[in-house]
Amino acid sequence: MTPAIEISEVHKRFGSLHALRGVDLTVEQGEFFALLGPNGAGKTTLINILAGLSRATQGSSRVMGHDVVADYRDARRTLGVVPQELVYDAFFTVREMLRFQSGYFGLRKNDAWIDELLHNLGLTDKADIYTRLLSGGMKRRVLVAQALVHKPPVIVLDEPTAGVDVELRQNLWEFIRRLNRAGHTIVLTTHYLEEAETLCSRIAMLKQGQVIALDTTHNLLSAHAATQVRLKLNPNRLPEVLRSLLVAEETGCFRLVLKDYSGLEGVLASLREANVAVDELEVSKPDLEDVFLQIMGRADKEVAR
Amino acid sequence: MTGLWTLFYKELLRFWKVGLQTILSPLVTTLLYLLIFSHVLEAHVQVYPGVGYTAFLIPGLVMMAMLQNAFANSSSSLIQSKMSGNIVFLLLPPLAYWEFFAAYVAAAIVRGLVVGFGVGLAGWWFTPVALAHPLWMVAFALAGCAMLAAAGIITALWAGGYDQMAAVQNFIIMPLTFLSGVFYSIHSLPPFWQALSRYNPFFYLIDGFRYGFFGVSDVSPALGLAIVGACCLALSLATLALLKSGYKLRN
Repeated sequence: MTPAIEISEVHKRFGSLHALRGVDLTVEQGEFFALLGPNGAGKTTLINILAGLSRATQGSSRVMGHDVVADYRDARRTLGVVPQELVYDAFFTVREMLRFQSGYFGLRKNDAWIDELLHNLGLTDKADIYTRLLSGGMKRRVLVAQALVHKPPVIVLDEPTAGVDVELRQNLWEFIRRLNRAGHTIVLTTHYLEEAETLCSRIAMLKQGQVIALDTTHNLLSAHAATQVRLKLNPNRLPEVLRSLLVAEETGCFRLVLKDYSGLEGVLASLREANVAVDELEVSKPDLEDVFLQIMGRADKEVAR
Repeated sequence: MTGLWTLFYKELLRFWKVGLQTILSPLVTTLLYLLIFSHVLEAHVQVYPGVGYTAFLIPGLVMMAMLQNAFANSSSSLIQSKMSGNIVFLLLPPLAYWEFFAAYVAAAIVRGLVVGFGVGLAGWWFTPVALAHPLWMVAFALAGCAMLAAAGIITALWAGGYDQMAAVQNFIIMPLTFLSGVFYSIHSLPPFWQALSRYNPFFYLIDGFRYGFFGVSDVSPALGLAIVGACCLALSLATLALLKSGYKLRN
């Protein structure tokens, strides 16, 4: 099957700034994919290249097998982009905007789908209101609707939930999930890592224009953020044999890393042998934020070296 | 073609929705020129034999209004989209660069013609003017609007902000229109300025447009149309090349 998105060896230079340094990335059809990274990592630049808003200095990108430069019309027909900036056209109402957007994609009679979009995004009663009069959250929904007028198989959302309240966020993700279940490929960037963790099956992490991690969410979590255990010991001293597992020493507590839950038994056995009692014990599950910080930190060290 | 038609329609609706500013206000401004200049000069100036000054002035003012409004339409629409960022709504869909060009130019021509028609109608109510060669008149009107529409696109593409936009409008477009013979025939100028005027493409537009009314002109209308057509073609090709390259739109 043709990959939904294929990015190969993409470089982007803005003058002396090397914003993307050879990005390779493939997203299969039907995936729910997250593109994570700190500000300035190149996420939006990469999306802009896919969408044809910007041109790669080097390398090529395809959407559903269509080259974004040579075959730009087909590439754009298969792609829906929700831009990060909250843009709107002050002259027109929500419905007018959606009709225009349909027309630009070559669709004449699209009102049934427009109505469905309005309904799903809670915009039905705003249809005839000028977009400039809407609140930020509502403007964001209009942008989502605009990106979907042509039912694109591949949908890219660039920080769709930035500055959006909890309720709308839930509604939005519910809707996007439904689209994903219906077969649409979803790519999103977000700063809310728990969103990426719960929604996305695969994650790429970008730093300084390079992909520094690319794996399934599950693998990333299990490989990088091993389970940790926090122990309060009596007496307050860690046996030598457990030193190698120590990751942090907090006030009166030791934080040890475990390969998995079964590692806990060995730790307890060592403590018993050394005649150290356990006053408190807390096992923490890994989350994506730990993984993210760990990977970003590791990349920092590699850059420093 | 649906994309092209939609963009054309959107551009029409854009200026129509603010018609007070885009149609009525240039109409009133131009009529004020007519009122004042005809009042002051009617008794003193006769440019062509048998043609009163007010009658002479009307075609010039009509053309001036068309040129300025065609330019204002394409340039202000595009710069607003660029500055507010909503230009992405046009960059994300599969619109071809030539569709983009055609829609912006066509809408600017419509606005130019609407304002020009309004000025002409009001002027005619002042002083009925003859229409010696209506086809020449239409040809020059269309060429003028198209030329300025393309110039408007180029300016808005190039401009980094409203300031630079206004600079082009005030320091290039306005002087070229005012110094093109709207208010006088270039034969009344000293030789140096007369020669210089012949390098101003707007002069041929106004002269040829006036020929459509009175059948009299400073330059032969065929030569005028050839020069104007060449300018129009050159500007259009330049605009198309810029749009195709994504100049300042797709960095």
